[in-house]
This record gives sequence, structure tokens and C-alpha cells, in this order.
Amino acid sequence: MAYPIDAHHAPVDPSVPLEYSTEDGSLKILGFWIFLAADIVLFSCLFATYIVLHNNTYGGPTAQQLFDVPGFVAETLLLLTSSFTCGLAIFEMHRNRLQPMIGWWIVTILLGMGFVAMEISEFAKYVGEGANITRSAFLSAFFILVGTHGTHVTIGIFWMIALLIQFIRYGITAVTARKAFVASLYWHFLDAVWIFIFTVVYLSGKVS
Amino acid sequence: MLPHYFNHLFVTGIDIYIADVLIILTSLGIVSVLTYFKKWKWLWREWLTTVDHKKIGIMYILAAFAMFFRGGMDGLMMRTQLAVPNNHFLSAQHYDEVFTTHGTIMILFMAMPMLIGLINVAMPLQIGARDVAFPYLNAISFWTFFFGAMLFNLSFVIGGSPDAGWTSYVPLAGPHFNPGPGENYYLFGLNLAGLGTLASGINFLVTVIRMRAPGMTLMRMPMFVWSTLITSILIIFAFPVLTVALSLLTFDRLFGSHIFSMTHGGMPMMWVNLFWIWGHPEVYIVILPAFGILSEIIGTFSGKKLFGYPAMVGSQITIAFLSFVVWVHHFFTMGAGAAVNSFFGVSTMLIAIPTGVKVFNWLFTMYKGKIRFNTPMLWALAFIPTFVVGGMTGVMLAIAPADYQYHNSYFLIAHFHYMLIGGTVFGVFAGLYYWWPKMFGMKLNERLGRWHFWTFMISFNLTFLPMYLVGLMGMTRRMYTYPPGLGWSHLNMLETIGAFGQGISMTFMLINIVWSFKYAERDVTGDAWDGRALEWSTTSPAPEYNFAHVPVVYSRDAFWDMKYSKNKEKYQVKEKPYRPIHMPNNSGRPFLMGFAFFISFFGFVFEWYLVGGIGLAAVFYLMFQRSFEYNTDHYISVEEIEHTEAVTGRS
Amino acid sequence: MTTHSDVHATQDTAIAPGQPINHEKFPWKHIVGYVLSLVLTFAALGLVLSSALPLTAVIVSIVILAVLQLLVQLFLFMHLTERHGSATHILTLSFAFFVAITVVAGSAWIMTFRSSVA
Ligand code: HEM
Ligand SMILES: [Cu+2]
Repeated sequence: MAYPIDAHHAPVDPSVPLEYSTEDGSLKILGFWIFLAADIVLFSCLFATYIVLHNNTYGGPTAQQLFDVPGFVAETLLLLTSSFTCGLAIFEMHRNRLQPMIGWWIVTILLGMGFVAMEISEFAKYVGEGANITRSAFLSAFFILVGTHGTHVTIGIFWMIALLIQFIRYGITAVTARKAFVASLYWHFLDAVWIFIFTVVYLSGKVS
Repeated sequence: MLPHYFNHLFVTGIDIYIADVLIILTSLGIVSVLTYFKKWKWLWREWLTTVDHKKIGIMYILAAFAMFFRGGMDGLMMRTQLAVPNNHFLSAQHYDEVFTTHGTIMILFMAMPMLIGLINVAMPLQIGARDVAFPYLNAISFWTFFFGAMLFNLSFVIGGSPDAGWTSYVPLAGPHFNPGPGENYYLFGLNLAGLGTLASGINFLVTVIRMRAPGMTLMRMPMFVWSTLITSILIIFAFPVLTVALSLLTFDRLFGSHIFSMTHGGMPMMWVNLFWIWGHPEVYIVILPAFGILSEIIGTFSGKKLFGYPAMVGSQITIAFLSFVVWVHHFFTMGAGAAVNSFFGVSTMLIAIPTGVKVFNWLFTMYKGKIRFNTPMLWALAFIPTFVVGGMTGVMLAIAPADYQYHNSYFLIAHFHYMLIGGTVFGVFAGLYYWWPKMFGMKLNERLGRWHFWTFMISFNLTFLPMYLVGLMGMTRRMYTYPPGLGWSHLNMLETIGAFGQGISMTFMLINIVWSFKYAERDVTGDAWDGRALEWSTTSPAPEYNFAHVPVVYSRDAFWDMKYSKNKEKYQVKEKPYRPIHMPNNSGRPFLMGFAFFISFFGFVFEWYLVGGIGLAAVFYLMFQRSFEYNTDHYISVEEIEHTEAVTGRS
Repeated sequence: MTTHSDVHATQDTAIAPGQPINHEKFPWKHIVGYVLSLVLTFAALGLVLSSALPLTAVIVSIVILAVLQLLVQLFLFMHLTERHGSATHILTLSFAFFVAITVVAGSAWIMTFRSSVA
């Protein structure tokens, strides 16, 4: 027995990718896309707040003084690469190859962890320099925007670990495929949000 | 020794003590009744763990009624205070708390859940589906709303109520001017309920898009389903904004950030900006479903197809876009400049056009129809003129320079009560009288219904029409008392009389409900009003699986054609052997999750981070557990379906 | 087959047939996507560090580069256009971008207080 589920979850339509093959699966994927659309609006509000407040440094450090180019470029590369490896995991899943899928999945998780670790040390460094969330409106908006993204990534890591256990237990089925696909959408989405943080927060901070 | 905050943890005051005693007595009463009749198991199995959209809908409506009572009491206290000049029935502080909880509860914990409840009850039946797309998530939505509402209400007895208005403007609501936990209750209660609302929006959208019966194209959907669809879209894109606004203020209050501060470069007006980016779509979220209910009822009781169906659809889609580009009309007086105010003034006036289109379509639907004046229709008929008055005055408010005069006066208060009561609440009453037989298997009494209607209609106008006048005479909102001699006194007295009239009127509805449960004739047809949409094609109340055979749709007003069309054989569901029906399992987890959120957020309200953290950990644990649950559904056997159908006289 | 109905659901949810599952042996799409995003990232970085352009020009160009990269994610990684059913998710995303742009541009405009009576 691959997985203990009733016949309902068995694939019904072999002509589409596994994750879409049950009605349940395709409903949930659509539902998740809509959730991501809502999350776009959530981040847009944080971006709006940051843009409105980013010059209000109140005598504290400015973006120009604070951000360190190699640091945020490294974070960007970690997340970009993890988005790529996550895509490879789904690619292998579609070819029904469990081992490589799990391999790429683990690499993705590790890269994600690396990203979060770098971000935590970045925040710790700023706080150590006295640039904490209470210092100025600019820093409040910065920490909340970037921190919200970091929290999303952290939740994503725990989620992906939970799924990893299920891949190992049940293999690639209509249900696990759908779960993997949805998690991969989330992960790519977070990379896309980061690109805007990279551009609007870090790069723009270095320009002005 | 206890930490210092324990000294003022429990709110004191005579009225609060009375409330404490009442709350304790009611709770004891409920507990003992349940124990005496051995109903605990039944409560858990049939209700608290249910994932059935019809039961969830009924629970929404029940909870919303409780909140209606609480909000109504607040309203009566306000009107008592304002009945005569120089009154000291309430202190200024107490008055502030009362109008804050009144507004917040009425919009977020009464109007929205009432409508979401009706959507849950009717929409899946109208599209011929057996449930919503995500039944388990539906239960989570309900319980997060429920516990959010409980958390907000807890402020009344533990810690103190919020007092900065339902709009909670900073800096008044910020940490300096408002250090107490009351404001935290507002932030966490709303955030919790907001999560559930967002999930409902996603759930309904996917349901409408993907779960319709075969043959029901988008342009064949009943108008209430269309309004659900548009409302869901507004919810999905407006509620994240509320989440952000509330969370940012939470950070300011709990962790000393300076987003909305007066100092350190913060911008208080950013709160106002974010609040209304959510707030304006929100007012459409609470009116669109009421529009939908109205369209159903006017069609049914005029015995005609809805006039101008495509125009109705088009106007709602227009409203979906426009409601995201008008928000500044709530703060023209901020002084953002002539360009900003002109833009948003014009966009606001544009919204009146699609709204007007709907009004004309309702009128033309009735034109030359054989109108039956049953209670649901009475509410629908009253809706139209009151709504027009509210809309016209809304357009007056949208004239930016004039708004410098009207803003925050009783003129504004009158505007939005004509919209929210004359619109949303009338719509809700219409929907409740209309779908009552579908929910409970019997109609409400017509005679008592007419008493309810006429007394409420008259008292409502008596309360709010004079508010336009006192507003123009200069009475501002949120003032807790006023001196004599300004020419406001008589009008205020009239308003208070009207308010109590509405209170008394509601007792007619209560009596009606009790009377009807006891004595009203059961409806065995399933089609209490000679209806037009699919919800009337199944039994009342509908069985767990809604339809033994999924209906097939060939036209708009599908059920009407099944009954009366010339070639109706085509429309009849083919008699074929039943097949096992696949349904989701009940689960206690949504309830536990709501409860864990409640504990966690209660901890955060008092900045007890340990409690907050433990609660959140429990939430995540429950989600984790769900991820590993693979056995989530079951089948209803053919024998069981045959049995259920036979009992209700259908086979 | 379906969760809640015993008939195949409406027409527009019918699943597009004939989508081969193992359409590729080698992940070309992903590799192209990855290379493109690296190029776009470093292009933006280069623009900023070289300070060859005036300020506004730099800001506008890096935002354009970010939007391009978003498209790379959506089309090459997230299978946005792979349709198995209706295109609802694309419509929803479009509406999300409409709201997001309104919120960001609107707030930036409103909160500048270009007013003589503020
Ligand atoms: C024809 C359509 C409408 C127009 C033109 C309109 C216009 C306005 C304007 C300009 C204001 C701000 C006035 C001020 O603060 O000075 C306002 C406030 C308000 N409107 Fe409307 N409105 C319309 C429909 C609605 C509907 C359908 C509802 C709800 C069901 C509603 C509920 C409210 C509420 C709750 C407020 C004030 C909230 C507060 O400040 O506490 N409006 N409206
Ligand atoms: Cu508005």
C-alpha cells in the first residue's frame, strides 16, 4: 500500500499532472492561488508604508549608511537559488522520480535556512548598532516589511519539512503531489516578493 | 504578591457588576440545561464539530444575533444619554467606550457574520452543490470569527473596553493616549475575526467558480450568487489591508515602533489611509449581499424574471473596481490637496451610477408583476426608498468642499445608518424571513412579521431622519452631551424615542421566532414561496447532502422552469439509481484552533508573551496535525440516501 | 469522482485534455529562468553601484528589472499559464496587481500632502 486513502483520492484523469488529477487537488490549487493574490495585497500595504516613511529617519541611520551590499546580495542569491531548486524538485516529481525530488527538496530547505540565518544576523547587527525598531519610523517600517517576509519564509521551511516527511512515507501520490505543488507556489512567490524588497528597500536605499 | 495589573484586571462599576451577574447566570443556565437534557454530546457532535455549510450558516446567524443584542444595548445607552441636554446618565469615558463597541460590533460582528451566515445557508444550494469547496476551512472561518468576537467582548468585563471609536484613529488609539488593554482587545479581536473572513472569501469564490451544477453558466447564476462572488473578491483584497493596519498599530503599541507615532518620523494619517483602503470596500462587502437578497426576493414575489440581469452583473463588477479607488472620501478634511480630493470626489460620485442602475432594475422587475406582499417582500420594498435617501446624501458627502461642513457631523451618521440599517439590516431581515423555511422547515408568522416590519420601519425613520437635521444644525458625532438652547433638544428626544421603538420592534421578531418554532405549520413542499432558484427544489431543511441527484440546469431561474416551462420534462432530474455520496468528515479541530487563538491573543492583549506564545504554538501544532491527516472524508451509502429521501416524502 | 457532486462539474471546469506529464527530459525552462533571474539581479545591482544614470532613471530601471524578474518567476517557475481548468487564478492575480498598484501609488500620492490648507 502506497498510502492509506480511499478510492476517492486515486487519480481520475491521467492526462493532467498528478497534482490536478483529483477534483479536490485542483480546487485546493486554485484556492491557494487566490490566497497568494491576497498575500500580494498584504505585502503591497507594507511596501506602501515603507515608501511613505523611508525618509523619516529622525536623525538615526539612513538606508545608505545601514545596508551592506555583499550581505543583501548573498541573501538574494540564496533565495533565488532555492527557488530554482524548488522548481527542480517539482520537475522531478512530474517525472515520477522520488529520490531526486526529495534531494532537491532538501537542498531547497537548506538554502531557505541559510537565508533566514543571514537575515537574523543582519537584524542582530543593526540592533547591535542601536538601529532597532524603535529608533525611527524608517527603521520600524523596514523591520516590519522585511521581517514579515522572513516570517513567511520561516513558516515555509516548517511546512516543507512536514511535507518532506510525507513524501518519504507515502511517495508521490495525487495528494502529496498537490501538497508539494502548492508549497512550491508559495516558495516561488516569496522569492518574487524578495525581489521587490531587494529593489525597493536595498537597492533604492543605496541609490539615494 | 500579584503583579500590579491584577488590581485593575476586572472592570468595576455598578452596571458592569450587573452585567457580570447576568453573564454568569446565563452561562450557568446554558450549562445546566445542556447537562439536564444530556445534550453535551449532541452539541459537540452535531454543531461544534460540524463542517456542514447549512449548520455553519445557522451558527453564524445565531452568533450575529447575540452580537446584535449587545450592539443594540450599546445603542440604547447612547440614545438614553443624548435624550436630553446636559445629561449625565453616562460619563464621558463610558460614552466613548459605548460608541466604540457599538460601531465595531455592529459592522464586524453583526452585519458581516449575518450575511456570511445567509451566504452559507443559501448559496451552495442555489448553485446545486453539495457543500462549499473547503468545508473544513469553512469551520475554521466560523470559529476564528466566533472567538474573535468573544475576545472583543471580553474587554467589557476584564481589562476595560476600547474607547477610540470603531475607526480607532491614532494618535488617540496609540500607546501614549491609550495605554490600557482596551485598544489591544480591538486590535487582536478584529485581527482574529479578519482571518476567518478572508478564508470565507477564498472559500466562497472557489465554490462559485468551480462547484456549480452542470449547465449553470455564470450568466445563469441566481443574482445572490453573483453578489456573493463579487463580495468574495472584495473580501479577498480588502481584508489583507485591515490585517496590515491592525498589525502595524499592534507593533506601535506593544513593541514601540513608530509607524503611526507623532514623533520619530511616524505618520498618524497613514493609519487613516490604510484603515479606509479597507474600510470603503468593507461598506460594499456589507451591502452587496443585501442587494443579492433583494434581487432574489423581488423576482420571486413579483412572479417575474429579474429585469436587466446583464446590467445587474455589470454594475456589480463596476462596483468591485470602483470601491477600491474612492477611499479618500473618508478624509477629505485631511488636506491632501485639491488634486487628490477632486479625483476621489469624482470617483465616489461615479459609484452612484451602478448603484442607481440596480435600483431601476428592481423597479422594472416589479412593473406589471403580480406582487405578493409577504414579509420578505415588505422589507425589500422598504429597502429601496431608504437606500435611495442614504445614497443621495452619500453623493452630497462626496462633494469635497461641502464635506468640510458635513464631515463628522450627525449628517454623516444619518447617511451611513440609512445605508447600514435601511440597506444591510433590512436586507438581512428580508433574507431571514425568506430563507427561514429553508433553514428550519417552517415560515415565520406573517402577522407578527408585519408588526415587526411596520414598527421597525417607523421607528427607524424616527431615529435617523432627524439626525440629518441636527447634523446640518452643527451637532457633531461622538459628543457625549450638549447644552440646551441649540435647537437640537426636541429632535434628540425624538431620536431616542425612535431608538427604543426599534428595540421594542425587535421583540416582535423574537416572539415570532419562538411562536413559529412551536406552532407554525411545517413546510413539507420544500418550496415555501413558489421560488425560482434551486434552493427550493430540495427539501426544507435540506438533507446533509443537499441534493440526492445533482440538478442539471438549462436556464436562468432553473427551478421555475423545472416547474412551469413548456418542455419541463427536459428539466426534471432523471430518475436514476442513487449513488453513494462523498462527504467530508466532521472535525473538532477548527473549534480547538479557534480556542487556541483565543488563548494566545488574550495573552497578547495583556502582553503576557508566554501565554501568547503557548497559544500560538498550539495553533501551529493543530495545523501540523491536520497536514498528516489523510482520512478526511466518507461516503453516505445508497441505503441511507433512500431512507432520508423516503422520510421526507421524496423517493 | 468529484468531491461533492456525482456528475462532472460545469463546462468551464472541464480539464484540458492531452497535457503530457513528462514533456521534458531536461529542466531547460528552469535553467533559463534561473540564468535570467541572475542576469536581471546583477544588472540592477550594476546600475546602482556604477551610478552612471541620474537618480530617477536608476529607480525606474531597477523597478522595471524587478517586474521582469517577477514575470520570470510567474511564467517559468510557477507554471502560471499551465491551465487545467479555468483561468480564474490569472484573473484573480490581475485584480491583485490592480489593487496593489492602487495601494502603493495611491498612498504615495495622498501622503505627500501637496496642499495649501493642510
Ligand atoms: C452611493 C453610494 C455612496 C456614497 C456616494 C457614499 C459616500 C460617503 C462619503 C463621502 C462618506 C464620508 C463622509 C465623511 O466622513 O464626511 C461616507 C461615509 C460612510 N459611508 Fe457611505 N457612501 C455610499 C454608500 C455607502 C454604503 C452602501 C454604505 C454601507 C452599507 C456606506 C457606509 C458608510 C459609512 C459606515 C461611513 C462612515 C464611517 C465613519 O466615518 O465612521 N456608504 N459615505
Ligand atoms: Cu466610503
